[in-house]
Amino acid sequence: MESRNARLGLQLFCVYLLLYGGFVLLAAFSPATMETTPLAGINLAILYGFALIVGALVMALLYGALCQGESAASDSAAGQSANAKGASAASTQEDAQ
Amino acid sequence: MIYEAATEAVVLFLLFVGFTLGLSFWLGRKAQSSAGYFAAHGQIPWFVNGIAFAGDYLSAASFLGICGMIAFYGYDGFLYSIGFLAGWIVALFVVAEPMKRLGKFTFADALDAKFNNRGIKFAAGISTLVVSIFYLIPQMVGAGVLVQPLLGFDHWVGVLIVGAVVIMIVVTAGMVSTTWVQFLKGSLLVVFSAILTWMILERGFEVKSGGGDGHEFRRISVLRQDIDSPGPLAAMSGWDVLPRDGSWAETKHEFVRLKQADTGQVTAWLVEETNNAANVTLVEAQTRVAQNGQPDLVNGLEKGIKAGEPQLHPVGWVKSLPDGQQKTGPLSMPGFFRTMQQSEVVVWRNEKVKAADGSTTTVYYPKTTPGSEVLRPGEHPKFAGIRGDDIKGKLNFLSLMLALFCGTASLPHILIRYYTVKDESSARKSTIVGIASIGFFYVLTLYLGLGAMTSGAMDVTDSNMAAPLLAKSMNTWLFAAISAIAFTTVLGTVSGLILASAGAVTHDLLSSSFGWEMSDHEKVRVAKISSVIVGAIAIVLGILFEGINVGYLVGWAFSVAASANLPALVMILFWKRVTSQGVIAAILVGMVSSLGWILLSSDTFETVYGLPAQDAWTPFTQPGIVTIPLGFLTLIVVSLMTKGHQSVETA
Repeated sequence: MESRNARLGLQLFCVYLLLYGGFVLLAAFSPATMETTPLAGINLAILYGFALIVGALVMALLYGALCQGESAASDSAAGQSANAKGASAASTQEDAQ
Repeated sequence: MIYEAATEAVVLFLLFVGFTLGLSFWLGRKAQSSAGYFAAHGQIPWFVNGIAFAGDYLSAASFLGICGMIAFYGYDGFLYSIGFLAGWIVALFVVAEPMKRLGKFTFADALDAKFNNRGIKFAAGISTLVVSIFYLIPQMVGAGVLVQPLLGFDHWVGVLIVGAVVIMIVVTAGMVSTTWVQFLKGSLLVVFSAILTWMILERGFEVKSGGGDGHEFRRISVLRQDIDSPGPLAAMSGWDVLPRDGSWAETKHEFVRLKQADTGQVTAWLVEETNNAANVTLVEAQTRVAQNGQPDLVNGLEKGIKAGEPQLHPVGWVKSLPDGQQKTGPLSMPGFFRTMQQSEVVVWRNEKVKAADGSTTTVYYPKTTPGSEVLRPGEHPKFAGIRGDDIKGKLNFLSLMLALFCGTASLPHILIRYYTVKDESSARKSTIVGIASIGFFYVLTLYLGLGAMTSGAMDVTDSNMAAPLLAKSMNTWLFAAISAIAFTTVLGTVSGLILASAGAVTHDLLSSSFGWEMSDHEKVRVAKISSVIVGAIAIVLGILFEGINVGYLVGWAFSVAASANLPALVMILFWKRVTSQGVIAAILVGMVSSLGWILLSSDTFETVYGLPAQDAWTPFTQPGIVTIPLGFLTLIVVSLMTKGHQSVETA
């Protein structure tokens, strides 16, 4: 489960890295392109910038949905055992005091 | 600029602080063990934790700094928004789950999970402290900036109040109360920014020739020969042209000073060339004169403190709208940008003139700018490099954007928030909630900043006040609410930072590195003592660094965090041959090189040491593009060199 999540995370990360890298390189080496207004009278700088923010959210949701589908059962089991451990650790600590 | 202490503001402010402290004490009863103190027993619901991420992350720099930068320079401030948000992608996709899996209280735990090595704990603890303190400075400065106009106190009083309140929050209840304070503040910030954005869109744009106080800035046509020699000005009777002596002859823009014969008031005017060489236009500017031991002069008069007394005029307005309109009425979200793109706005720039008698005059002059230039990157002096041919300017920009991208996932106070939820799935879900709320807020920053730019309420001397002043141009209650929220913003972020530092001192340095034997109870006590000490250091630094722009100080904190922490964090997750020596070396090299770079850069030379910028040792100011790869390289080289040792040790 961990390795699958990690692989998915890396793939999505690479996609976003390309998007972000494209934005930064465009701004640095072709600032004039950023001034063009391809859509609805709004310039590329704003369109691309908003796309990066919205894109981050979309990819985050996608990642959340894909991860959960597979690991819900094992996750909650792990969560419970971790909880139990945490609780017992906390209670021993309090006992010790 | 006039800031009368509004009663509404004071009342709301006290309510906020009172409520926050009350909550802290109430929650504090539950957090006696160290698991409770540092990680809230891992019992924070993921949604609350996600909003608390926003509360933690959207610091004074995000709110005040970015809005201010957009309000003064346009799009460039939004570059920070984009970079700050993109960093969360690294946090979510790469770091979140392993951090949760490997660590317990601090991110040093996660780094050290494989090695159990004192050196790693020590290096990670030190880098946590350095990054947190670096990040604390702009927050504390921001607090002082806010309190000054809000409550009418001096800068140092503001810093002291924030410091005291935060120390109290952290000492009473640690992570539990810190989390809830951040949750509260994160939600309020996002909700009120949305309200403010809605009001900006409803208000639309209107053509003006002056700011909110009704002062209309004048333009006078005169003959070139009239202003070139001192004496009475032909075009305006009763006004004398003052001689351009001393440094007034060497200014970058051409200014002329006029003296009103009857009152003796001296004002400065920007000289604008016209198509005809014989004629020029004088554009009314504003001046502030700082003189040794005497009160400041504004526009030639002694600066007042009460309403009605001389102050600089508030500025920022639309000069022309598309199709010759005078007023747009309510605008849609895309319509806002479309209209701005085709309008002209008046923004203000400044230039300093030093006189022989030791006084410094800052001349603030209007600059009519097409909307299409306001909405493109590269207007701010720090970003102007991308428009030049010099590769250094472009590298500086790339370096900053890289540091913002890599910095978020390396900030200790963000990383500790992964230990307040119960498992990896919750860590993931709360990061997604965080991204949603933070992203929404960052979209709004562009509206808030541009709304402020055209609100007629900007203070030419202080870009950090743009957001609260924008709210003030709407109504006083909103000003009070936004100021109080900005203040709690500082509280939330500062408590997170102090807690991260206290955790680093207690766990990583004292307990793990120096081998102090502490019971659970003692650990909490030691952490509380270190909170007080770190808080005190923060107060002192906040007072010392008064007047430094809060926005780019945060950029530096990101550079140091990314250079010191990211290489170790990433390589431990993805490379099996990492050795403990490699980790230690990477952290130390990354931290020292990025800090050193910043301390030797032209920005620091100019603003901190007061030395000429061209004497700086580094080719550009942002270290990230050099020092982040350097950290990775160090880790790989040292790991390969120490490979043998490691296997002997582990065997």
